[in-house]
Amino acid sequence: MSKKNRMSGNEAVANAIRQIDPDVIAAFPITPSTEIPQYISKFKADGLISTEFVTVESEHSAMSACIGASASGVRAMTATSSAGMALMYELLYVAASDRLPIVMAAVNRTLSGPININTEHSDSMGARDSGWIQIYSENAQEAYDNMLMAHRIAEHPDVMLPVMICQDGFITSHAIENILLEDDEAAAAFAGGYDPPHHLLDPESSVAVGPYSVSPYVMEMKVAQANAMIRARKVILDVAADFEKTFGRGYGLFEEYRMEGAELALLIMSSAAGTAKVAVDRLREKGVKAGLVKLRVFRPFPAAELAAALKGVRALAVMDRSEGFSANGGPLGAEVRMALYGKADGIKTINIVFGLGGRDARVEDFEALYGELAGLAGKPAADIPYFKHMGQRE
Amino acid sequence: MSKEIKTNKMQGICEQSGWRELTEGGFVYGEGNSAFFNTGDWRTKAPAWRPENCKQCLLCYPVCPDSSIPVENSKRQDFDMFHCKGCGICAKVCPFGAIAMETAGKEGGRE
Repeated sequence: MSKKNRMSGNEAVANAIRQIDPDVIAAFPITPSTEIPQYISKFKADGLISTEFVTVESEHSAMSACIGASASGVRAMTATSSAGMALMYELLYVAASDRLPIVMAAVNRTLSGPININTEHSDSMGARDSGWIQIYSENAQEAYDNMLMAHRIAEHPDVMLPVMICQDGFITSHAIENILLEDDEAAAAFAGGYDPPHHLLDPESSVAVGPYSVSPYVMEMKVAQANAMIRARKVILDVAADFEKTFGRGYGLFEEYRMEGAELALLIMSSAAGTAKVAVDRLREKGVKAGLVKLRVFRPFPAAELAAALKGVRALAVMDRSEGFSANGGPLGAEVRMALYGKADGIKTINIVFGLGGRDARVEDFEALYGELAGLAGKPAADIPYFKHMGQRE
Repeated sequence: MSKEIKTNKMQGICEQSGWRELTEGGFVYGEGNSAFFNTGDWRTKAPAWRPENCKQCLLCYPVCPDSSIPVENSKRQDFDMFHCKGCGICAKVCPFGAIAMETAGKEGGRE
């Protein structure tokens, strides 16, 4: 049975990890994810988990240790943020290419520079092409639930790809929220076990992992990997359906919030979605047809599903919590336009880069943005800029 | 070399295999499969064994980095040209002029 509790996003994720009891965790401290390995090391000291906890000397080593552990046929996990994830980049690609179902608790933090510890999605957005499944959480409850689902997705025979479960630094990772924790037995039973048919330490069947691929194989290797990512879409939904059946909380590739008949919409990720939902509620009370789509799964990117969900909208703001420095907006803006182009044409779309370095985005800011969207809805598309920044001092 | 030898016999995967036929993550199953890899076509020079000068001292055998000098009943046999990369170390250590390095041609070089 679910029990009410109150805890931070980091504590919630750490508790999910305790319940899963993975075989190996290799992690290096970096704000704001540090608490996760800190909790794990306490669980370990208290005898609550049987996990091998490897205190490595860098994040490059953390991911290397995870790759070695996962190749040896066990569940391997890590936690990181910002520059820590950047130091893992080389190995992120290797983990995905080697088809190792490693799970990472990612706590989104601004990627230097300027150096800053607050939330932004520049760290995981930089890893968006690394081949990892990326699932974003709005609050501590979602971070916990997503973590309980992560291994089932990663280790599914149709997938075999690493997964990162993202939550916003400090706003989610450190703020204490009400949360429903599942019983240890029920959570462990849901996460299940991992018993791969082949692994590095199996004396009965020798295997070489991560061999050099000569050119005649690389294209085929990557096509196979790309197809695993395509298949992940269905697996993520299947696991979510089982999660809902088991624990009663439902998840999709994205959440449609008050989208019935919505003419003005935001597409947004993670904690800022909670704030924007309040703005939607206020506007709906005033009779404004406002709605919101909160993207949960960024990799694989649900392009066709988003195009279908947004089809009836007159004006759309795509909210990027990272500057892509493309001179045309952020990565989410680019991908959403890709999804809509030729599939849901005619939506007056603007990309908004906001909330950088943890900059507050308040309910009033989102209300004002919906006001701007109402103006954009009546403008010729040629007069609408590709993107703008929101919340900076001029 | 022939396509058959280039094939990874243990997995039935070769350079003509489609993407669905590759192992997940490019895992290579089974051991000793480097024997299937034709490193002989890397050669620019090839060793030629002259049995009439050979005293079977076996100095050449342990210095070969590619195990390309087979030994049977304590006697060296002719070179394994499928794996010999033509490095020439064997010719260098031979005190009897029983190994000559020749410019790669029909016998020793690329086909």
